[in-house]
Amino acid sequence: MMTSGMFQNYFLPGIWITIQVTVYSAALAAVVAFTIGTLRTSRLWIVRFLAGAYFEIFRGMSALVMLFWLAFSLPLILQWQLVPMYAGVLALGLTYGAYGSEVVRGALAAVPVAQREAGVALGFSRAQRLRRIEIPQAWPEMVPPFNNLLIELLKGTALVSVIGVADMTYAGNLVRLGSNESAPVYTLLLVLYFAMAFVLTRGMRVVERVAKAGVGQADPLTFRRTKATAPATTSGGAR
Amino acid sequence: MNWSWDVVSDFMPLFWDGVLVTLQALALGTLIAFSLGLVWAIAQRSRFAFVRWPVSAITEFIRNTPLLVQLFFLYFVVPEWGPSMSALTTGIVGLGLHYSTYTAEVYRSGIGGVPVGQWEAATALSLPRVRTWTAVILPQAIRRVVPALGNYVIAMLKDSPMIAVIGALEMLGEARSFSNATFTSEAYTIVGIAFLVIAYPASLLIRALERRLALTS
Repeated sequence: MMTSGMFQNYFLPGIWITIQVTVYSAALAAVVAFTIGTLRTSRLWIVRFLAGAYFEIFRGMSALVMLFWLAFSLPLILQWQLVPMYAGVLALGLTYGAYGSEVVRGALAAVPVAQREAGVALGFSRAQRLRRIEIPQAWPEMVPPFNNLLIELLKGTALVSVIGVADMTYAGNLVRLGSNESAPVYTLLLVLYFAMAFVLTRGMRVVERVAKAGVGQADPLTFRRTKATAPATTSGGAR
Repeated sequence: MNWSWDVVSDFMPLFWDGVLVTLQALALGTLIAFSLGLVWAIAQRSRFAFVRWPVSAITEFIRNTPLLVQLFFLYFVVPEWGPSMSALTTGIVGLGLHYSTYTAEVYRSGIGGVPVGQWEAATALSLPRVRTWTAVILPQAIRRVVPALGNYVIAMLKDSPMIAVIGALEMLGEARSFSNATFTSEAYTIVGIAFLVIAYPASLLIRALERRLALTS
């Protein structure tokens, strides 16, 4: 069985590292996703081509191979080395950012063309149109697929243990070696990952509801109370 | 920047061994994922709640936990209770089991997309339950989800290096042991390029398949 010393010295810091890696790589992935995703809708073919090439390369690449390459090959090529945790964050952020860019591109393409044309008619610049018209309307569409990617990313953080980052999985392996028992610690690990995924999914549901309310597709759950208290007769009143 | 073609040619024989193991794991893992996923999907439509509930709970749990930890679990915990498997077998079972929970969702959406009239027609013809599934529902359901299933084969290819962590010598495992022994960097680069060379044409193939199925259905 895991001793309390093992738990406090390895496992708790490991949980914290897993949370950190998840947050940092999710932030990096979000930046990459929005950048590459909007560039893929560019008018210039060369920009579209380069952003598309980024997407294809990182989507075709295995995250674990990327991780090994950044951690073990790059230092030999550049004579310069990343801290393992940031190598992990970089590999995960770039890979999942590429998946996310497809979500951003698809959601932007789903915004009705008339919206873009209205922006042109009102003399908005391309950046203004993206920031004020297209992205706010595309955002609610993006949230559910982003939730799936976030869960995949959380699962992906287990990979950083392989290059020596002391995350939850790494701590689990240490505890197995230290206590010579594997069943309790790996069961605990699986349950913890599941709990984290559950919390993330719940959080993203709230984000989705807020996003939908922001564009007027109010979710009935949020407004049930106000609707019930409103007198039914007002619906026939003056408009 | 130091790139040596001599190192590359030294690595090549090991690389091909790795490719063989990767493809083997992929083929057998796909087989497990496709068949087990179908079992999950059908079980989730069972008439009995005591079948539906555990299956939903188990697939949900497996889908939301990391494959890497599942591999450790299969490799270190399962032998304490039951069969002891080689690293490659464990890897294949792990990949297949993990992805079966994804393919179950794919099958489920495919089965849900079959019009209700087809079920009613099968009832009207008083087809037995097994024949309703095998002759009416599944042929229509699976046909429309083939591209989605293909995407998961590619995803499985990209996750297959994880089995190197428990000691199965596929592409990445070979690269790791070679690089550690010779202290060179080329092997990982070769493996990275190999993934692109396999995954990109495969994704083009699936896109073509998607277009073809969209045209004919």
